[in-house]
Amino acid sequence: MTSDRARLIEEQIPSLRRYARALVGARGEADDLVHDCIERALSRWHLWRPDRDLRPWLFTIMHNQFVSQRRKAARRPVPLALQDDAGYTATPPTQGSGLLLQELAGALAELADDQRAVLLLIGLEGFSYDEAAGILGVPRGTVTSRLARGRERLRRLMAGEEGPVLRRVK
Amino acid sequence: MTAEPERITDEDLHAFVDGVLPAARRAAVEAWLAATPDDAARVAAYRQQKEGLSALFDPVLGEPVPARLAPDAVRGGRRRVGVWLGRAAAAVLLAGAGFGGGWFASEAEFPRLPTLRALASEGVSAHRVYTVEVRHPVEVDASRQQHLVTWLSKRMGREIRAPDLSGHGFKLVGGRLLHADNQPACQFMYETDDGERLTLYIRVNPDSRETAFRIVEQDGLTAHYWLHGALAFAVIGEIGRDRMERVAHTIYRVFES
Repeated sequence: MTSDRARLIEEQIPSLRRYARALVGARGEADDLVHDCIERALSRWHLWRPDRDLRPWLFTIMHNQFVSQRRKAARRPVPLALQDDAGYTATPPTQGSGLLLQELAGALAELADDQRAVLLLIGLEGFSYDEAAGILGVPRGTVTSRLARGRERLRRLMAGEEGPVLRRVK
Repeated sequence: MTAEPERITDEDLHAFVDGVLPAARRAAVEAWLAATPDDAARVAAYRQQKEGLSALFDPVLGEPVPARLAPDAVRGGRRRVGVWLGRAAAAVLLAGAGFGGGWFASEAEFPRLPTLRALASEGVSAHRVYTVEVRHPVEVDASRQQHLVTWLSKRMGREIRAPDLSGHGFKLVGGRLLHADNQPACQFMYETDDGERLTLYIRVNPDSRETAFRIVEQDGLTAHYWLHGALAFAVIGEIGRDRMERVAHTIYRVFES
């Protein structure tokens, strides 16, 4: 039933948007990603097994969209779209911790995509390590090592121990 | 007797932070942290990261969901508005051609986007027409800036601001009222001390959809354009893409609040 389908997906949109915003930064791009995810989920609805959670399934679709978009973007020689930074200003900087949060947002953007994705799926979206592994299509051990490397790099960036320009080659 | 704390791995520390460690192991980690200040500091930092991520992004949960993301709208074939990194890149470096359809490599790339498709070419046309004016580049000059923005805001039916671009070396020359599809539009002109000119073209964004920035380049002109809230923007100038990008950021922020 289509209305059921729409309602089930609708329930997940806020958290899909939150994850997308944290993942790509800019509001317009993030919502584009969510849009593509919903479009794909609707067109592949027959592949969803109702005995499985919808949420990880949707996040898996969105992750795949994200990866393929990034790949396409990387192949193109010409300009990158600007980030509108909208995702990073959700909290007014006048708040006491605002400055720190802005730093965190900046450091987060410095992480490699795959580390950022793991950090957010687990730390922000509350997925288990196994669920995150399923969503990203990698072994659990890869999730734990990316999580460890991502968090440590974030910590070092925040502590000023590592400059943003010194991006390590994976 | 005091037992030597059990050796703890990195994986244990993260599982501890994420609250997924079995109770028995948790006690061991706590003992380890009590004896190992460096690791205790790391764990504290990781916890702060988690709290910080929530503080940064949980507000998104409370935002109204844009209408275009409703499953019915998505299924109804309303195409997305924004571009993705790659799509923006596809918006195009065109050789030589005039405006109109010429700005885009493929019309099919941006279906059903009359506003957006027109935006860059309107802005560029207006730029070409008025930046060459020596005596009357603007209708109202910067000495009457307050009057200018009040007038334009009234005519546009939206709050219009003249962004301060002096940080980029551009001083406001003034502005003028224009029209687009029988709707009011406006243009602000800026100038460097060397006489280099840049224009900001603004029109009403009829359905309040938003996009990422898009970029087109043609004959030395660079235009950044985007939809943001109630307005649609294009900033045009003969300055390089990097500089233009910074200018566009500044303008975006001015209209953000």
